[in-house]
Amino acid sequence: MTRFLVRRLGLLALVVWGVVTATFALVHATPGDPARATLGDKAPESAVQALRAEWGLDQPLGVQYWHFLTDLVSGNLGTSFQYRSPITALLAERLPTTLLLMLMAVTFAVVISLPLATWVAVRGRGGSDIGVRIFGAVAQGTPTFLIGTLLVIVFGLKLHWFPVGGYGRTTAEHLHSLVLPAMTVALGIVPMLVNSLRASLTDALQSDFVAFGHSKGLKPATVLAAYAIRNGSISGVTILGIQAGVLAGGALVVEKVFAIPGMGSLMLAGILGRDFPVVQATTLVFAGIVVVVYLITDLSYALLDPRARLT
Amino acid sequence: MAAVFAPFLTPHDPTAMDLANTLSGPTAAHPLGTDNLGRDTWSRLLFGARSDLGIAALAVVFPFVLGTIVGALCGYFGGWCDTLIMRIADVVSAFPFFVLVITLVFVFGNGPMSIFLAISLVSWVSYARIVRAETLVVRGRDFIQSCETGGLGKARIVVRHVLPNTITQAVVFAMSDVVSNIGVIVTLSYFGLGIVPPTPDWGQMISDGQQFLASGNYALVLIPSAAVILASLSLTFLGDGIANALRAKR
Repeated sequence: MTRFLVRRLGLLALVVWGVVTATFALVHATPGDPARATLGDKAPESAVQALRAEWGLDQPLGVQYWHFLTDLVSGNLGTSFQYRSPITALLAERLPTTLLLMLMAVTFAVVISLPLATWVAVRGRGGSDIGVRIFGAVAQGTPTFLIGTLLVIVFGLKLHWFPVGGYGRTTAEHLHSLVLPAMTVALGIVPMLVNSLRASLTDALQSDFVAFGHSKGLKPATVLAAYAIRNGSISGVTILGIQAGVLAGGALVVEKVFAIPGMGSLMLAGILGRDFPVVQATTLVFAGIVVVVYLITDLSYALLDPRARLT
Repeated sequence: MAAVFAPFLTPHDPTAMDLANTLSGPTAAHPLGTDNLGRDTWSRLLFGARSDLGIAALAVVFPFVLGTIVGALCGYFGGWCDTLIMRIADVVSAFPFFVLVITLVFVFGNGPMSIFLAISLVSWVSYARIVRAETLVVRGRDFIQSCETGGLGKARIVVRHVLPNTITQAVVFAMSDVVSNIGVIVTLSYFGLGIVPPTPDWGQMISDGQQFLASGNYALVLIPSAAVILASLSLTFLGDGIANALRAKR
């Protein structure tokens, strides 16, 4: 287990370094001068030069990279051009919202997928199977922002069950306004989750241990819950981990659609306002979330299934 | 099909405005009505299909070619080059797909060319992974071994013997990739980061139509939405069909 952990962490460090460097390279390859873009075309050249010096943009790229790395290690993500405040403060405000949104989305996805997959696996091929497949194809083929828009039309504008946007002030309002966005993100990963759960549940139902449970005289429902679902849902954990990127991307999109003040809307505001440090920082944090989730998935998989530690 | 023949099927110029006739319902002249600037919705829908589906299909080609070649070479030769490229692939896939594509579009600027570049830079990884995995399987098979003992050149083995046996999975993936590309392009345009007006595009149509939702005019959002969903669905089914046909051939 220790060797497994060390190897994983080593690989992780390498990927993190790659992510950091790629983000720096991306943002610094951007055409156009951010100082000029911030001050506008009419600003005098001397003001632009002063701003460039203030942001360190006049230094050689290598020096900028070194400063970027050392700042990052000390937890300094720079200052936003637009908001004129430290990005760490902006993130502290907005990251919890995005994480809560992602958590709710995962919960919804599991609550929808597990019963659906169990139902189809037990029923086998037939009408329910075809229905779920068509639902999956529609959900998969519909872009996230469109699912969100359609949910707004039905549950916001027609039925008035949930707010069409915004985030509210109290915790109860936060949760209430996150229902539709989280459902939107969840629907993006449900098809994948249902497919993999159905496959592994079908396998589990045909296995010896389920037959053993039945022959022991246990109730069918007990066998299903204690034997089939418990073993069959391990694959779901992996799929959820792999989908971390889709979840994060989905959060980015729905925050814009529902006007939720999270990291995604911060990033898009940064992009539209050509706010380089914000784009750089949010890209990094999004990638960071994914890397952490991958690691957790890997570790939980190793805990759940001892065979995985060998490779 | 309709998208290809758009100029012959549409009675109106998709960018022509008729300010006297805005937000109208379906009429004989405008079968799906008009938008807030009096532009014909049907014409905009078909021309939008041209730009969205066109870029979506084109944006599959480059990643497919690059990913397949890289995957086959990595899988067949292995070694430090394989390790390096797979670590690069790890880094690329550590970014959420959407986050990276949006950042890339930010770097390259708006427009079809940068969407194309952004998607290409991100999605070659999937093709490389798929083909590499298949190549690793094929490499150990007897017919490749006999090619090697027969003294055939490495290049010849990869092109003539490895690729034909590994490319099927990549083709199948490419079909679903077109669908996901449509989603990306429409979303980017919806955010105002994609196709630049006045070129018609479904994402913009939906975003423009949203301001009229509150006043109860759903058609301007629902019509392009239905177009996106129908296009994705039909391509998904087409992809399934091709996948089945390829599997049957094997």
